[in-house]
Amino acid sequence: MERAHTLTIQKTCDKDFIRRVEEASEQEVSKCYQCGNCSASCNYTYVYDYPVNQIMRLIQLGQKDIVLRSRSVWLCAACQACTTRCPCNIDVACVMEALRVMSREENTVSLKDVQMFYDEFLKSVKTFGRVFETGLLPVYNLKAMKPFGDMDLAPKVLQKGKLHFLPSRIKGRKHIAEIFERFEEQGKKKQEPREVNEPSHSQ
Amino acid sequence: MRIGVFVCQCGTNIASTVDTDAVAQKTLMLPDVVYSTSYMYTCSEPGQKEIQQAIAEHGLQGVVVAACSPRMHEPTFRRAVEKAGLNRYMFEMANIREHVSWIGTDREANTRKACDLVEMAVAKLRYNQPLFSSKVPIHKKVLVIGGGVAGIQAALDCAEGGLDVVLVEKKTTIGGRMAQLDKTFPTVDCSSCILGPKMVDVSQKENITLLASSEVENISGYVGNFKVDVRKKATYVDWSACTGCGACIEKCPSRKVPDSFNEELGNARAINIPFPQAIPKKAAIRREYCLHFTKGKCGVCKKICPVDAVDYEMQDEILTEDVGAIIVATGYDLFDHSVYGEYGGGRYPDVISGLQYERILSASGPYGGHIKRPSDGKEPRDIVFVACVGSRDASVDRPYCSGICCMYIAKQAILTKDHVPGSNSYVFYMDIRSPGKNYDEFVRRAQEEYGVQYIRGRVGKIYPRGDRMVVQGADTLLGMQVEVEADLVVLATGVESASGSRELAEKLRISYDQYGFYMESHPKLRPVETNTAGVYLAGVCQGPKDIPASVAQGSAAAAKVQALFSRDTIETNPQVALVNERSCISCGKCIQVCPYGAIQWKELRGGERKAEVLPSVCQGCGLCNATCPCKAIQLLHATDNQILAEVNELFG
Repeated sequence: MERAHTLTIQKTCDKDFIRRVEEASEQEVSKCYQCGNCSASCNYTYVYDYPVNQIMRLIQLGQKDIVLRSRSVWLCAACQACTTRCPCNIDVACVMEALRVMSREENTVSLKDVQMFYDEFLKSVKTFGRVFETGLLPVYNLKAMKPFGDMDLAPKVLQKGKLHFLPSRIKGRKHIAEIFERFEEQGKKKQEPREVNEPSHSQ
Repeated sequence: MRIGVFVCQCGTNIASTVDTDAVAQKTLMLPDVVYSTSYMYTCSEPGQKEIQQAIAEHGLQGVVVAACSPRMHEPTFRRAVEKAGLNRYMFEMANIREHVSWIGTDREANTRKACDLVEMAVAKLRYNQPLFSSKVPIHKKVLVIGGGVAGIQAALDCAEGGLDVVLVEKKTTIGGRMAQLDKTFPTVDCSSCILGPKMVDVSQKENITLLASSEVENISGYVGNFKVDVRKKATYVDWSACTGCGACIEKCPSRKVPDSFNEELGNARAINIPFPQAIPKKAAIRREYCLHFTKGKCGVCKKICPVDAVDYEMQDEILTEDVGAIIVATGYDLFDHSVYGEYGGGRYPDVISGLQYERILSASGPYGGHIKRPSDGKEPRDIVFVACVGSRDASVDRPYCSGICCMYIAKQAILTKDHVPGSNSYVFYMDIRSPGKNYDEFVRRAQEEYGVQYIRGRVGKIYPRGDRMVVQGADTLLGMQVEVEADLVVLATGVESASGSRELAEKLRISYDQYGFYMESHPKLRPVETNTAGVYLAGVCQGPKDIPASVAQGSAAAAKVQALFSRDTIETNPQVALVNERSCISCGKCIQVCPYGAIQWKELRGGERKAEVLPSVCQGCGLCNATCPCKAIQLLHATDNQILAEVNELFG
């Protein structure tokens, strides 16, 4: 996304966005005093469009559009270095996670292939009870239109016995699939009455 | 009893959420209440005059004021009724501001609660008795605890005013933290050069008794008449003979003793004098490192001493001092940066604390004032300073600002450039806090004249690369991650309360905050007093501050003591316990529970024993009152009957 150079704060500030981020992540973003320790500790700052401290600042200013369309939100590896080092005890990685969920809901996902990877990963877990890498990678690569992505790594990993040709048979596959179903069911239920309850909820 | 009730509106503070007129009208219905009114500002002069007029016109025998907390204006109103001829204890206060109007918005409920509180006060007042205080002489001697710059200043100012001073210092020399500093900001003058004369003054003033290597063991008594036990710790050297020649130190074979004055950089000997300007300049043996005590052999120092001062048999000694006032100036400790795993957790020798760097800069320090790094003694070219280590960090329970680090880093960065002209200094900071006189100019000078590179952001990680340290941080102004390779990293470690500060507070019966800093009586208007009469605060023990503020507070505490001692006697508080000998069954429980030792046995004719309260020692805490199985001991002005009358009014 093109970087904005001037913010007309009152016009673009979405207070409800701040509230929703805080509610979903159970964190108080106002606690952030912009020391920058999250960005100092972040391993992916080099690919981010906004370093994570700026994401926090943009949330404080209610800049929903910039935040939810940013690449950073989807490039976050959820390694939790930011959470560990935050002097204000903010679970920053959890805030990032909340933003990913919101960006899906708002249909503003900047990096569709990353989203796709998340989806395929979970699908694989749902089907086999744990990730089946040999199946996941070709499916993801084909869907993401890069059929030879990461192919160069295959011989090395194969040699070390990290890839298997058949999914491992683990106990309780069914139960894991049930967890997914339960969660999906809950998600559906939650979404419907939520909109009805909105006014009383904000009180 | 003829009682008058005065309901204060406190402008709109009370009147906006309490119907004060209704309260006044309702209380007029109470038995014994013959006069009741509400007034805009009862504490104002006309307000007080109105009370006095009503006392005269209506023949009032007791007065209730419903207003703010008694902590604010009880003394005002007690004086006012006294002037009108009543005893000052024939007065009660109902707190309808802090306890009612400020905490609730429901006007109806507030008015009801205000009525209840006034009714309770009236009920108690019916049982009030005139009380009279007596006068006790003041012991015009002051105890100063802590010999840092704040304690030194307080001791000197008291002594200058002709008072006898006992200065107790835990270490073997006075000087405190300031003696460890190389230079002071923003003037960059030599710390020991400006502190030294004051330390010498302390040793030369005839009316200052300096007890170094001593700690306060126990404190009893009350303002004007404290009794203090001081433990003089055994130094194993007779200080009356020791000349401080240092011959023993030179010959001591135990050479691997961590040098605490140099913040554990370098070693000291088991017998030691911390620094050349020490006052008193006397040697002391550290028992845990001395070969004589640990191995049972050696004895070199005893042999070498030209005045035969070494005495291995020396024992701790308890001295008792009678003083009228106490100034607490126990200073601070430095935050231990080893809790930060990402900064190496104390494992890297070239990641040091601010005070360690101060010792490195000092000519009397471990490297004689040459900047070397601890690992290999090389002169560093690139030095990184990291601000807010153990300050403004809720994750390590230090959310407060230490107030001095921004300035001391700027000073150290400037000094670094002076010592090593080709060096580069980098400062990672979050905000620069430099509100003192000439402070911000000083920080600007570090950047403009000395070329210190300030980087706005915190440091996430410090790790070794070759023989250098990599500092990985953020530049939030650029929105980028930055990396600086450094030969030496100085962590601007923050201030925390001194170890043992809580234990001392309990001995002194003063309060402390959650971080162990002592609480002043009022954050703005009584900044050096504590809530215990006769105990005053000076320096960082009350909260982080710099040298000028510590010195100012030391002088302020001394002025408070001078004011207290300008009288010959003080009035005792008559709200003390009293024994009814007829009901006392001589069980002695009150004697056991009294925290002040204010109750003793009294022998009656015929050999019978009864409890007796020493009114001058009693603090009126009421513990005996609650303990007595037959209610023979009563706390005056809070007797069982008075409290029950209040309770009955509320629930009856």
